[in-house]
Amino acid sequence: MRNTGILPTEQDAARERHPAAAGQAPEPDSQAQRAALRVENLSAWYGRKLAVADVSLDIAANSVTALIGPSGCGKSTLIRTFNRMHEFAPHARVEGRVLLEGVNVYDPGIDPARVRQRIGMVFQKPNPFPTLSIAENVAAGLRFLGVRSRAEIGDRVETALKLAALWDEVRNDLKKPGIALSGGQQQRLCIARAIAVEPEIILMDEPCSALDPVATLKIEDLMRGLAERYTIVIVTHNMQQAARVSDATAFMLMGEDGAGHLIEYRPTQELFTRPQDRRTEDYITGRFG
Amino acid sequence: MTGSLFERSETLYRRRRAANRLMTGVMVLAVVVALVPLFFILFYLVTKGIGGLTLDLLTQDPNRPGRPGGGVRNAIAGSAIMVGLATAIGTPIAIGCGVFLAEYGQNRLGTVIRFLVDVMAGIPSITVGLFVYGLVVLPQKGFTAFAGALALAIILIPIVARITEEMVLLVPRSLREAAYALGAPRWRTVLRVVLPTATPGIVTGVILALSRIAGEAAPLLFTSLGNQFFSTDVFQAMDALPLRIFVYAVGPYDYWHEQAWAMSLLLVGAILVVSLIVRALFGTRVTVRQ
Repeated sequence: MRNTGILPTEQDAARERHPAAAGQAPEPDSQAQRAALRVENLSAWYGRKLAVADVSLDIAANSVTALIGPSGCGKSTLIRTFNRMHEFAPHARVEGRVLLEGVNVYDPGIDPARVRQRIGMVFQKPNPFPTLSIAENVAAGLRFLGVRSRAEIGDRVETALKLAALWDEVRNDLKKPGIALSGGQQQRLCIARAIAVEPEIILMDEPCSALDPVATLKIEDLMRGLAERYTIVIVTHNMQQAARVSDATAFMLMGEDGAGHLIEYRPTQELFTRPQDRRTEDYITGRFG
Repeated sequence: MTGSLFERSETLYRRRRAANRLMTGVMVLAVVVALVPLFFILFYLVTKGIGGLTLDLLTQDPNRPGRPGGGVRNAIAGSAIMVGLATAIGTPIAIGCGVFLAEYGQNRLGTVIRFLVDVMAGIPSITVGLFVYGLVVLPQKGFTAFAGALALAIILIPIVARITEEMVLLVPRSLREAAYALGAPRWRTVLRVVLPTATPGIVTGVILALSRIAGEAAPLLFTSLGNQFFSTDVFQAMDALPLRIFVYAVGPYDYWHEQAWAMSLLLVGAILVVSLIVRALFGTRVTVRQ
């Protein structure tokens, strides 16, 4: 054990809360588990600025994968390339491949809107639609997909809210505006909204950074539960959070070229206890970042 | 130099406090000066107009000139019809234009169109009237309410278009991203998320433009012309409140002057009422929790 400090304790706590998850960490390198997403030689630019340089990694299905690293290391940019949200930035460009069930989402005939339905996203700040009620917020994606039947929408809204652990808190307030909820509830509403369209993968871009510790823990619990049905990728600048919730962790760092590089990608437990790369060790032991 | 920094700076701060008081006073004065004409106009309108505001004014058509009595029912109906028609024609075009500018106008083409819209907003209303006269009235060989509404719509469009653009640009990017991340294509995102969020602001713009065109006489002079008689046929000449106010105000009879004042009061009151109703219907301000 080269690593000391609080991290192992945190991990024990995570294991206690989720006994099932313990010992089941996927091995991203060995392909023991089906890859839900395969990223091959991916580079991303903003105009001329290279933000992510040549990243390759497999994301195991039905697991939580964390992307950690200091600010500006390209982790948010990387996650936004997975469902083609990156291209909304001005002059954004991507090279390389992102394979979803063997199909490159950047292939010419691929409709990015269809990709985003299969790879949902939860953002840093909760962003419920301010003009819509709680139920309508969850139903928004269904309507985009052409679901018309009121009964079906009602069922799916209920299911999604239950999966997002919000149903009991809002079941009597479904008609109230979504923005009337607290920050943590709003973020769970956004998770319910993402779940409702039946995605395979849910990307979470620092989903707890605007929340208090109690709300954060609730979301983390939720993530573990959701991993049974979905594949979850979470960007976080909080190492403890990565240790608590994820099965595999990817550590990214800005190189001397100013672009983000993938330094190390291993099962979370191994990465935090036996980092192979000197830079990973420096980061997780708090020597920088 | 003697004394602490605090003591030495005391005169300086005394001067600054005085300057602060002076500037605050100047600004309060500016607000008062700006509001005085408004109150004078309202006060004057009410005192002069309330006497003529009778039931007859609303329900009767004008008498033969020189015979006291009668009302301006034709002008009230005409204004309502033409302003309503102009809003119905102009608003969808203006909103489409504003959304285009906001969504696809962040480039050279957008800059050119935005400039043209601004130029259009600056065209004197009488020129708009002349334009419609040449375009519609002459070929049709007749003054019509439709031509009048068209002229009013041309005045309304640039106002509503620019306000729509501003309001659409104010919709936070995070809401668009939320819709995109659910697999919504861009047009649906604009229609279902961006526009509803911008609606209260757009409604304010429509009310602003509506108030402006309701008071316009110049563009109607050679388009709808005015009409002594009650008419709801949009392909006939039609009366309007501003036109009749003008005719009565410069006319020779005292009862005309009184009716002109009453009509002015009516116009201001009607715009106020319409604004309140429209705001109550669509204008619920959305407060986004931070």
